[in-house]
Amino acid sequence: MVPLPAAPDPALVVPSTRALFFGFLQVGISGFGGVMPFAHRMLVERERWMTEREFVDVLSLSQFLPGPNIVNMSIIVGRRFGGPGGAAAAFTGLIFMPFLIIIALGAAYSAFGQLPHVRETFAGVAAGAAGLVIAMAMRMARPLRRTSWQVGIAMVAFVAIALFRWPLLGVLFGLAPVALLLAAREKPP
Amino acid sequence: MSDAGILAELGRQFTVLSLLSIGGINSLIPEIHRQIVELKGWMTDAQFSELFAISQAAPGPNFLIVTLIGFFVAGWPGAVITTMAICAPSSALTYVVAHLWDRFREARWRIIIQRALAPLTVGLMFSSGYVLTRASDHGVLAYAITAASAATMLWTRVHPLAALAVAAAFGAAGVL
Repeated sequence: MVPLPAAPDPALVVPSTRALFFGFLQVGISGFGGVMPFAHRMLVERERWMTEREFVDVLSLSQFLPGPNIVNMSIIVGRRFGGPGGAAAAFTGLIFMPFLIIIALGAAYSAFGQLPHVRETFAGVAAGAAGLVIAMAMRMARPLRRTSWQVGIAMVAFVAIALFRWPLLGVLFGLAPVALLLAAREKPP
Repeated sequence: MSDAGILAELGRQFTVLSLLSIGGINSLIPEIHRQIVELKGWMTDAQFSELFAISQAAPGPNFLIVTLIGFFVAGWPGAVITTMAICAPSSALTYVVAHLWDRFREARWRIIIQRALAPLTVGLMFSSGYVLTRASDHGVLAYAITAASAATMLWTRVHPLAALAVAAAFGAAGVL
């Protein structure tokens, strides 16, 4: 992350804990199948809590660490402006509404999911949703095409997880050191 | 298994998964399916893929598939426990690392880790697509819908929800 400049950019706003909660509350209910674009709009364009450059830095850290990316982002942004209380406010704001909405949908599914017509409709949505994930995988794979060891690692991971159904923990502990060695042998960019 | 036993098991599983979720929650789908459907038998293939579909069609972050699974298996307490378990360990790590990040942003080892994790994430994401396809598709038409929805996302600017709505219409028409 770029440290905040000594003389703060006059165009930027420093949010209160309350603003963190309500800012992320809006982000939470905005997106379908991914809320990151809405986080960008809120943080950089609408509320002006950070610059474009700072957002990219926060995003890359959110993606680098394990955990849901948008949750990580709420923790980083909340911490930066409000310490532990700010992180808690941003996180709570983010998940509050989506949590209630998903429970309502889950309850409806439990109540009506067995009706034949509902069942058939859901089967259609499920088939479509699988396609969304495949498309995401293909988009993520595009930058790997130039590096043969990366393609190899991706294929081994696929065979171990999808075809052999090996436990994720073991596969990651087996493959990550190999991937790290291969990445370290490449010349610095 | 007793109710408390199920809750403890859910909490334990997702606490571990929180720290293994490189590249976000969708890369965990194969492992969640393995544990919840294959090992524990807490839901069927069809139910798993339908809950995933609901989480994709609902507003908000996509990690809510985990909340939904907790709710389906163990009601409200299950939903709260799985949500906290998937978020707390990674969030604690993020909080600590955010503190140290400034010092390392240009470090070479950081770039190496990123390059090493990228192909693992891609392999896991393809695995998720594979597992979801296997769990949801029975018959040529279902496979065709999956392929059409993937192609639509890759080569057009159609919104994902529109693709899911068309898929739902095919399902409702009873062709699957």
